[in-house]
Amino acid sequence: MDTLIDNIDIFVKGFSNTLILFAWSAVFSLILGTIVAGMRVSPVPIMRAVATIYVNTIRNTPLTLVMLFFALGYPQLGLPKLDYLPLAVIALTLYTATYVAETLRSGINTVPLGQAEAARAIGLTFGQSLSQVILPQAMRAVVPPMFNVLIALLKNTTIAGAFSVLEAGAIRAFLSERGEPALIVLLWVALVFVILVLLLSLVQRYFEKKWRNA
Amino acid sequence: MAASILFDAPGPKARVRNNILAVATIIVVGAILAFIVVQLADAGQFDAKKWSVFGYPMVQQSIANATLATLKAFGLAAVLSLVLGFALALGRLSDHAWLRAPVTWIVELFRAVPLLILIMLFYYGLPTVGIKMTPFVAVVIGLTLYNGAVLSEVFRAGVMSLPKGQAEAAYAIGMRKGQVMTSILLPQAVKAMLPAIIAQLVVILKDTALGFVITYTELLYYVKYLGSQVDFGSPLIPAAIVGALIYVGMCLILSGIAKLVEHRINKSPKIAKDPATGAPPSKAAEVGTDIL
Repeated sequence: MDTLIDNIDIFVKGFSNTLILFAWSAVFSLILGTIVAGMRVSPVPIMRAVATIYVNTIRNTPLTLVMLFFALGYPQLGLPKLDYLPLAVIALTLYTATYVAETLRSGINTVPLGQAEAARAIGLTFGQSLSQVILPQAMRAVVPPMFNVLIALLKNTTIAGAFSVLEAGAIRAFLSERGEPALIVLLWVALVFVILVLLLSLVQRYFEKKWRNA
Repeated sequence: MAASILFDAPGPKARVRNNILAVATIIVVGAILAFIVVQLADAGQFDAKKWSVFGYPMVQQSIANATLATLKAFGLAAVLSLVLGFALALGRLSDHAWLRAPVTWIVELFRAVPLLILIMLFYYGLPTVGIKMTPFVAVVIGLTLYNGAVLSEVFRAGVMSLPKGQAEAAYAIGMRKGQVMTSILLPQAVKAMLPAIIAQLVVILKDTALGFVITYTELLYYVKYLGSQVDFGSPLIPAAIVGALIYVGMCLILSGIAKLVEHRINKSPKIAKDPATGAPPSKAAEVGTDIL
């Protein structure tokens, strides 16, 4: 307990950065993922190909490598300087968006055929039928897997700790300089994550219930 | 092909619109790619000096060794987490609450703790109580615990997706509980969930890259090491590109095997069909098991 109370400043700073990383990456990757999923089922072959290549490449690359590319490679490019935190958000977004896209796509597949056929029959265009008929129903089916993706994103933010972002994954390194026992520190970090994941699961259950019979 | 039901066969107007969209996509993507390439070239990332490092046999040998180290951690962790996944799945499916409850907690716990924190716990945490281990052991144990927990859920979902009649018939011909599980339910569950299991193996392969954080000298660690070689102008981006190609290649081979297996299974008539939909159980379970 002493370890936590004595270093509460680092713990609070670390986890608030984790939540900042999580929130921004979640919002951006949901947006980007939806666009990519739309591209993957679009009538334009080129769009499908681009989205497929993007998803297959990033999904088969370790997040650590994507992060390394942005954290250490980007500053070498002579582009406008960015902090490590926004760079980590970009890396997490690019990585997570592929999973969001795949989850949405599997959700689109669960919507009964008749829905799409009916939408076409009343003359809706592809964009209209996707955004007003298919996706709203797909969203309902993908609540559990989508929350799995978000929980994985929350856990993946720790990797940013290895690339100069002071967040939960870096708390150990900071506190080892203060001479705190690593085991205790890490157990506290793990406990907070268990609580955060539990909270996310509760939110998931709320949405599942709310949308079950809508 | 689910995509084709979302839109009609294009008429003349739609074809024109699609062509415009296609051209727009090419222009946007082309512009982004060109921007990246120009920036890389401007920053001298394509200079021969930065790439010459890959010409040395020593370096090539080291890349091969680092890849082997990655594969070694992957292979051991894959086998161990399959074994652990089986054990945990058996525990969670047990009829005894005293066994089921703690196993459920263990599975949920290991799924909730970030893998990196888990690996750090073993590598940095345990030495403070006198248990020391090499980075390799810490990576393998961390990967095994996390992926074992995830795989146990996959196995469980597979068993749950089987028709009830399978277990009932086995009991009816006088099999014991253990026999029903090991010779009737699990073989079918594994078959049904094979795509999800192999997808999880891809995750293990990718996650070995976390070993770099605790100085396990695998592929990513070597990429970063190469990238810090000042003699060759710190070729971090070339090294990262080469590393990414190797990772993507290895993962694509594994994913390819997964596709092949899925294809074979879907053709096989032996798999139990869901009487309600006529679909093999793997399809029903797939949506719920897309795990990172």
